[in-house]
Amino acid sequence: MLHFENVGLRYGMGSEVVRDLSFSVETQSFQFLTGPSGAGKTTLLRLMLLSLKPTRGLIKMFGRDAASLDKDAITALRRRIGVVFQDFRLLDHLTTYENVALPLRVMGRNETSYRAEVVELLRWVGLGERMNALPPVLSGGEKQRAAIARALIVRPELLLADEPTGNVDPGLARRLLRLFVELHKSGTAVVIATHDIALMDQFPDARRLVISGGRLQIFDRDSW
Amino acid sequence: MNAPQPPDRSGDRRQDEEELAVSRLRRDMPLVPASSIAGRALVSVIAIMTFLSCLTAGGAMLVASASQGWRSQISREVTIQIKPDAGREIDAQVEKAAATARAAPGVANVQVFSKQDSERLLEPWLGAGLDLSELPIPRLIVVRMQDRVEPDLSALRSALATQAPGASLDDHRLWLARLDTMADAIVLFALALFLLMISAMMLAIGFATRGAMAGNREIIEVLHFVGAADSYISRQFQGHFLRLGLRGGLLGGAGAALFFLAATALSAWWSNSPGGEEIVALFGAFALGLKGYVAIFAVAVAIGVLTAAMSRIIVFRHLRRLL
Repeated sequence: MLHFENVGLRYGMGSEVVRDLSFSVETQSFQFLTGPSGAGKTTLLRLMLLSLKPTRGLIKMFGRDAASLDKDAITALRRRIGVVFQDFRLLDHLTTYENVALPLRVMGRNETSYRAEVVELLRWVGLGERMNALPPVLSGGEKQRAAIARALIVRPELLLADEPTGNVDPGLARRLLRLFVELHKSGTAVVIATHDIALMDQFPDARRLVISGGRLQIFDRDSW
Repeated sequence: MNAPQPPDRSGDRRQDEEELAVSRLRRDMPLVPASSIAGRALVSVIAIMTFLSCLTAGGAMLVASASQGWRSQISREVTIQIKPDAGREIDAQVEKAAATARAAPGVANVQVFSKQDSERLLEPWLGAGLDLSELPIPRLIVVRMQDRVEPDLSALRSALATQAPGASLDDHRLWLARLDTMADAIVLFALALFLLMISAMMLAIGFATRGAMAGNREIIEVLHFVGAADSYISRQFQGHFLRLGLRGGLLGGAGAALFFLAATALSAWWSNSPGGEEIVALFGAFALGLKGYVAIFAVAVAIGVLTAAMSRIIVFRHLRRLL
């Protein structure tokens, strides 16, 4: 599904922020991406999302070489990926409902065709009563769930989540993780960037991609 | 014995609240908030520029149509001048020249200026009460041509040369050529001004679009991440700018139309004064006519459309640089 081979990235003439990244994210897999702050987790997620171009190496996304993709093709691929940002990135002037429906709206779909779907998902993540609230009045946990719902609404084949439990209490973090695990069981490949070891320990079967000093080490269940 | 408990209706209430929320869903909020674009300032700039552009274009149209008027009036009229000559009787010469002109094809009317008429023409320069009989004053015959008939002036000129050798034919060609050049220069100058103003306006729209893009950088980024195509994002901006452009264009165009209406009314009022007559002679009665007002409306709408197109190009160019 996603394949990196000797990928490196530098900004300008500086040294490489990430280097020699070689790994694959398989269909229906579940992995944590972890490492100390500033180690390059977010950079790696941005590379996976094709919002950064590597300075070297090969990135293959859904079987296609990312370097050869034009903007329309990248847009088409992004529609198969759900993203949860660390800082939620909800649009403050849109209601929770509109924010969650955004990926469907930008596809040009008619609002009546997805209303029931969005409302159902909002209820499922516990935001049924907050559909008409604007993000500035939502709590951290509610924003987090809205951001997750927005990533899930397109039933993505790959879910990338950057510190999705960083702003919530441990109880909610556990519930959110269960949500990701359920999603994984329903067929989505999941990559969760986190440095919350307690969270990772709750799902010991998951593969761990550890990035440190710009390099990546992979720990499978069998290797530890 | 326990008192009967009221049935728990909190679940029902929550469901009702959710139903109510669904029925009140807001669903068509623009993705790029209107408040994030410096709308009022841009509308003002567009309105002022449109107003000036329409004035320039309208002015050029007035000059062009007035010069058309002069041209058709003057070219329908030629003057025969008979200079006094010691060897010839001038009245006989005038008679002969007038008869020759009357006989020429395409002539509608021949008006002979008598000696007294000619002297009266000189009065504004020489003053009244002078005895001009001693002065060798040339005599004039004004020949009006028929409309829609191309006059054969060279035939008339050669006929005059044989019939009345002292007569010369002036078809105002030199004067007409100068008027033409002046009118063309004014129209060209107005066109250059018009283009300059449109360019300045487009630059202002460019700045405003770039400002709007910078102000909405996060929204654009999120739209990209959720799978919005560049064309979709640029449509969000384009819609705003089309509305702003149309509002500014129509305001400016309406201002210019009002200006011309007021000028028409004022010129009718002025036309009784001597200065007014000259203005009317130069520019016509400031009456733009239906064609002129339609042109102003077309300029206003075109500016709206141009604003949208300009912002679309800039947004596209900006988005192309983003991944």
